[in-house]
Amino acid sequence: MLLSMEHLRKEYPNGKIAVDDFNLEVDRGEFIAFIGTSGSGKTTTMRMINRMLNQTSGTIKINGKDISKMDPVKLRRSIGYVIQNTGLMPHMTIQENIEMVPKLLGWSKEKREEQAHKMIALAQLPDEMLQRYPGELSGGQQQRIGVVRALAADQELILMDEPFGALDPITRESLQDLVKHLQKDLGKTFIFVTHDMDEALNLSTKVVIMSQGKQVQVDTPENILRHPANEFVTNLIGEERLIRAQPNILTVSQIMLKNPAAITPDKTLEDAIEQMHERRVDTLLVTDKTGVLQGFVDLDDINRIADAHTPVSRFTQDRVFYVKANALIGDTVDRILKKGVKNVPVVDEDKRLVGIVTRTALVDIVYDALHGAPDANEKPASPINADIHAAATREGGEMPQ
Amino acid sequence: MMHFLATYGTQLLSKTGQHLLISAAALGLGVIVAVPLGILLTRMKHGANLVMSLAGVLQTIPAMALLAMMIPIFGIGSTPAIVALFIYSLLPILRNTYLGMQGVSPTVRDAAKGMGMTWWQMMTRAEIPLAAPVIMSGIRLSATYVIAWATLASYIGAGGLGDFIFNGLNLYRSDLILGGSIPVILLALLVDYLLGKVERAVMPKPLR
Ligand SMILES: Nc1ncnc2c1ncn2[C@@H]1O[C@H](COP(=O)(O)OP(=O)(O)O)[C@@H](O)[C@H]1O
Ligand SMILES: [Mg+2]
Repeated sequence: MLLSMEHLRKEYPNGKIAVDDFNLEVDRGEFIAFIGTSGSGKTTTMRMINRMLNQTSGTIKINGKDISKMDPVKLRRSIGYVIQNTGLMPHMTIQENIEMVPKLLGWSKEKREEQAHKMIALAQLPDEMLQRYPGELSGGQQQRIGVVRALAADQELILMDEPFGALDPITRESLQDLVKHLQKDLGKTFIFVTHDMDEALNLSTKVVIMSQGKQVQVDTPENILRHPANEFVTNLIGEERLIRAQPNILTVSQIMLKNPAAITPDKTLEDAIEQMHERRVDTLLVTDKTGVLQGFVDLDDINRIADAHTPVSRFTQDRVFYVKANALIGDTVDRILKKGVKNVPVVDEDKRLVGIVTRTALVDIVYDALHGAPDANEKPASPINADIHAAATREGGEMPQ
Repeated sequence: MMHFLATYGTQLLSKTGQHLLISAAALGLGVIVAVPLGILLTRMKHGANLVMSLAGVLQTIPAMALLAMMIPIFGIGSTPAIVALFIYSLLPILRNTYLGMQGVSPTVRDAAKGMGMTWWQMMTRAEIPLAAPVIMSGIRLSATYVIAWATLASYIGAGGLGDFIFNGLNLYRSDLILGGSIPVILLALLVDYLLGKVERAVMPKPLR
């Protein structure tokens, strides 16, 4: 555990409770995004981590040590901090800016210089730029420097408060790639405030959704898309994004029909016909005693056999197409649609039959994703998306108090 | 002109020296007091306005009255003159220091602190260098004031180029009046020019 925050609360001198009972555990190498409405306490929470603000109550521990017992100046030097609007020193060269924390830490001149060259390369900017002043750089270049400056002293924890807010989409994306690389390949831990949901969902390993000083939901991007905790979250993510994301987060098991019509190989033709009649289907799946899928039988094949006592195993077709229950719909849909089958059996890890997925259910999800959020008088095709639509359009999707 | 220089040359030099000395002493004291005070004021929530208006009031006291007020306390000579001129120098330096420090962007201050600078490091490495040009222009303004007002110091026996001017006025001698006032003007211009150079030198490179 790199960082842990317990029952954190911040009350400003004017009585405003900006953060209330905030709890979070952060492992090394995680990428945490704080997202929420403006004024929900994201900045306040972040600034308590490097003691730019002191909490009213609760504890913050870094590597198990209570930070309130640490020297704030030393603490800040050990944590990278990227602030909005970069905060580069306008009177210092880029090199001096990058070397700032290493210098405060008393690194030798040679070591600092070496680090400056390394950092400018990491920022993918030309080495000559070290001699320039911040005012001579574009906004995107300054922001890049702001990010690598926070890493120059090899800090393992980096705090970033809406670092890419005012940038154009292309610069933004390349900076997102940069920080993602730093987290994935260098194992840095990021805590990141953003108001851009796509940024939060794409970059983070865990999203903290905040409203009015409280955490509304803390989970992985996939789980948040899969199960938004309430209508506030649904609204924050947006119906469009939720519906479009469904093929990539829904698993086959979530849209399959349970209890498919199945029969064991030792039963007879007679049994098979009876079961088909009962369930009103023209195919039966064949599973062994332990439920492992073996094949299927088709009404056409049955018609050609005269003896009612023929065992099912005789006319089982063993070339059966099936999908795994935990597969993402987006990954399987192409294959299923190409096969042209109406229904596909769903199996678990041990190839045991757990359900059946209909072509219609699949097509509905894919169609909704392509279509996006429905218009006022439309309804999504898939029942799952209909639920999302209902939650998103319900009057005043506020967070329940 | 040549005649004037031949007669009063050495006297002119020593009076100019006196004049400079009084001015420099007053200005030096002004800087020592007003710069830290101005910085301190930016750290205080209340009181800044009070101190600034107090300095403003001191500035409005007529120069002659201020000089005269010094006599009961410090007697006559250069001490009361230096103290009076020092009081005059305070306001421009104080005001510019205050404005200069206030003008440092909160983002820069926040970054400096967030990166782990101590209070002293924040002052010396970030805020003062950034405020330096504004502070320096306050000092420069004070310097020209002080050199001009130092002329009056001769009235309370502090010497300086004012001696020529007041003698000239008493004796109806325009050569003495000019011989005193022209060097004062030249001195003021020269100091202003030199301090202008300093102002540029302390300006952060990218802002020049
Ligand atoms: N210094 C302060 N004094 C009083 N209230 C503050 C102060 N700073 C922030 N707040 C209030 O605390 C709440 C949370 O602010 P903040 O953490 O900046 O939110 P966010 O970063 O999520 O937009 C807001 O309502 C804000 O107005
Ligand atoms: Mg904020």
